[in-house]
Amino acid sequence: MNVYHLLSFQIKVLNSENWLSSPGVIGTFILAFIVLFLGIFILIKRLNGYVDLLKKNTKNLAEEEFQRRLINLDEKQVDAILNQRKQGFKGEEKQTALLTKTVKNSGFIKKIIDPKNPLFDEKTKSTITIKISNELKEIIVWYLGAAVFWLVFGTLVGQYIGMKFIWPEMDSISWLSFGRLRPVHTNTVFWGWASLAMIGLGHYVVARTSNREIFSYKRSKIAFWLLNLSVVLGNLFLMAGVNNGGGEYREYIWPIMFLFAIGLLITFFNFYKTVATRKISEIYISNWFILASLIWTIVLTVIGYFPDYQNGLGETVIQGYYMHQGVGMWFMTFTLGLVYYFLPSTLNKPIYSYSLGVLAFWTQMLFYTLIGTHHFVFSPLPWWLQTVAIVFSAGMFIPVFAGSTNFLMTMRGSWNHISKSYVLPFFLVGVVFYFVGSVQGSFQAFRYTNYLWHFTDFNVAHSHMTMYGIITFLMWGCMYAILPKITGNEPSQNLVGSHFWLAFIGLIAYMVSLMAGGTLKGLSWIEGNPFIESVILMKNYWVWRAVGGSLMFISHLIFGYNFYLMVRKKNEMLLPLSDDSVLEKQNLHTQSN
Amino acid sequence: MLNLHKDHKNLVLLAFSVFVVLSIGVAILPAYQMQEYQPIPGQKDLTVSERKGLEIYISEGCVACHTQQVRNIEMDKTWGERPSLASDYYYSKQRMDVWRQSPSLLGSERTGPDLTNIGNRQPSDQWHLLHLYNPRLVVEASIMPQYSWLFEKIDTLYLADDAVTLARGITKMEGREVLVATQDALHLVAYLKSLQQFSFENATPSDFIPALPKEQGDNASVIPANKTKGASLYQNNCAACHQSNGRGVKGAFPPLAGSLIVNAKNPETLIKIVLMGYDARAEYGVMPEFADKLTDEEIKAILDHERTNWGNRAPEVPVATITHLRDSISKLSQ
Repeated sequence: MNVYHLLSFQIKVLNSENWLSSPGVIGTFILAFIVLFLGIFILIKRLNGYVDLLKKNTKNLAEEEFQRRLINLDEKQVDAILNQRKQGFKGEEKQTALLTKTVKNSGFIKKIIDPKNPLFDEKTKSTITIKISNELKEIIVWYLGAAVFWLVFGTLVGQYIGMKFIWPEMDSISWLSFGRLRPVHTNTVFWGWASLAMIGLGHYVVARTSNREIFSYKRSKIAFWLLNLSVVLGNLFLMAGVNNGGGEYREYIWPIMFLFAIGLLITFFNFYKTVATRKISEIYISNWFILASLIWTIVLTVIGYFPDYQNGLGETVIQGYYMHQGVGMWFMTFTLGLVYYFLPSTLNKPIYSYSLGVLAFWTQMLFYTLIGTHHFVFSPLPWWLQTVAIVFSAGMFIPVFAGSTNFLMTMRGSWNHISKSYVLPFFLVGVVFYFVGSVQGSFQAFRYTNYLWHFTDFNVAHSHMTMYGIITFLMWGCMYAILPKITGNEPSQNLVGSHFWLAFIGLIAYMVSLMAGGTLKGLSWIEGNPFIESVILMKNYWVWRAVGGSLMFISHLIFGYNFYLMVRKKNEMLLPLSDDSVLEKQNLHTQSN
Repeated sequence: MLNLHKDHKNLVLLAFSVFVVLSIGVAILPAYQMQEYQPIPGQKDLTVSERKGLEIYISEGCVACHTQQVRNIEMDKTWGERPSLASDYYYSKQRMDVWRQSPSLLGSERTGPDLTNIGNRQPSDQWHLLHLYNPRLVVEASIMPQYSWLFEKIDTLYLADDAVTLARGITKMEGREVLVATQDALHLVAYLKSLQQFSFENATPSDFIPALPKEQGDNASVIPANKTKGASLYQNNCAACHQSNGRGVKGAFPPLAGSLIVNAKNPETLIKIVLMGYDARAEYGVMPEFADKLTDEEIKAILDHERTNWGNRAPEVPVATITHLRDSISKLSQ
């Protein structure tokens, strides 16, 4: 009875006039501001650095001035400069001495600022090349290459169906109709892009933190083909109109998902055997997350496809469970594992708190597993199941706070690296979205917010905030962090910068337009207006969504090119003691200055 | 004891088993439980054709935009008379075949309207077919895809006797060509028309949770409210066929703007058509009856809206006339 009163009290306040003061709505507003603040923060950091540079350098680096000075030099000055350089070379011979002594004018040029191109500030280059076996490198490039392909393909489809909201008559070909392409988009970016990218990067982390080679590269390749095959076949079947029943992320029919599950199983044993034969006694926290997410996802696929309990609303219970666990136990868990390795290694310092990571791990498992039904609040599913889902959605604050605190505290004190590195902004955006997106998701499970937002485009905004803002940005961070180090090729920094800003601004446009439009749609429904009005009012928001989506898609093309730049084979790479080692020395030298 | 930091076997086993236990508790057991629900006595199974239609509904991905659940909250009242029950899905949510599981009908997005009760709201075959061929022919602002591959262009000379055709004028056919609905289209329409919320008399269905506190004693805004009420009732009940501009759809649904029946000084014929439905003219689709769906006041609001818009000029309809006609109709049918 008490519970009933509590619920009915909660429900009585449901009213479209005080919707603004509902805690879930207020919370979401605050979260949206955090993201905007983040964008402004990174931008100001960049601008600041750039303005400083201009102040310091425009005067003595103006080209004509420099030339004039060179011409007007008298002999004494030339001698002095030559002398300085000689000393510089001496310094190189005695590196230890140089490390302690800071000479401002060593006679070497440290950094060239092109005054004609002041748009981008030069970032620190990736200085260390890490020697890994060719097999490992090959596997990583395979997986990441396929992932990049699926990202471009999947978001091309996404962009296309996004445009159909504005021009529903773009085509009338059955294979390209909205209902068939929508699952192609979601499944491709799920099982194609994010999954392959995670497993590819996982190979590196598992091998590195176990100090071993991967157990079997042959198995890695078999898994690679199985995973890719399932995405190719699955998409073809979807476009031909064969799907499992329309449940989100469960659209591939079971024989195809079976291939995927086998791929996961092989990957799991491969990683498990590698960890089992590790040369270090402790299992690094990343491996906890990676191994667990693989085993959980295998269980999840089996439960999701096993037919015995799926008639009537049994299917709906499983659907809620499956679609949420797919996101939480697979993508989120695996990605967290990667970040626990790549973030500290990029910053070159240990993770802030190891035990906070362990806490996040166990609470992730306990709370995430129980919240699937929050996709079906107010549905005919049992009230107790809905309540459990809502309560534990609030419980998700714990792993999310633990995780994001851990990452932010690891970054603390290194904020200045952000303006100097092209990798860290990706991590920062990913981590902030991890906090914002997850907390917003929990808010959305509350009954009032659900009342207002469920079934509207707000859901779509939320899923892009998480799958894109969190997972995809973190994947990019990890890829830019590791590829230059193992291949020795750096992408052009201008291109990485454009990739970052296009993706980030695109995501913000996408998110804000759908959140605003979704809210208005929900209010229109609450007011009881005719349904078609909610379609008409969305029109402008859908246009802005498509604009945001285009920016995101363009950024993926740039990213694809960057990926090519990072993995292409250069001839010098074949020589054992070539320019590379010389370059490394030089870098060391300039760094020490 | 477990030594999780160093013993990979224990770590993986523990993560695995706790997850399995939680999953059984939160997914598998409740799923078994939900499966035990029986159909409501009198509820009908799908016919062969309707079931084929359901399969097309799934393979075209209609669930991406259309829900089929009336939630127990105020705003969902538009979509059904009562909140959905687990039993409602007894027949429709069965495994389809070896390859495909039970369809995910409840949905998670409402880009288009909820379809729980579409068969009652929209009983006309012609409307459904035209709407599938090109939704914008009947709902101007719609963004639904066109399912033109469910129709074939056929020369009128080779037309089969039982072929269901679309009106030629509005579908812009030239020469002797005409659009014929394929079997798939007919199955799909059969399925859509079968979507009618099953109403049962003797049970008291659970209530909707209201969104707005009931406003009382606020008479000042009654008249303007009535006007907008007429417009929105019209939008919800009539506009799908007669269009929000009252012009109808050529060759399918008659115009109300400038119509003699709508503008007649004596509104009796008009009221009768609304109450009893109308199927007297072969060139137009069937008009369903609204006697059970709308109250006298609602009918008045709609008719006044129709009689004062789109250039129509006719006096207001008195509620008494509607009540009187309703009574005499029900006497007739007894």
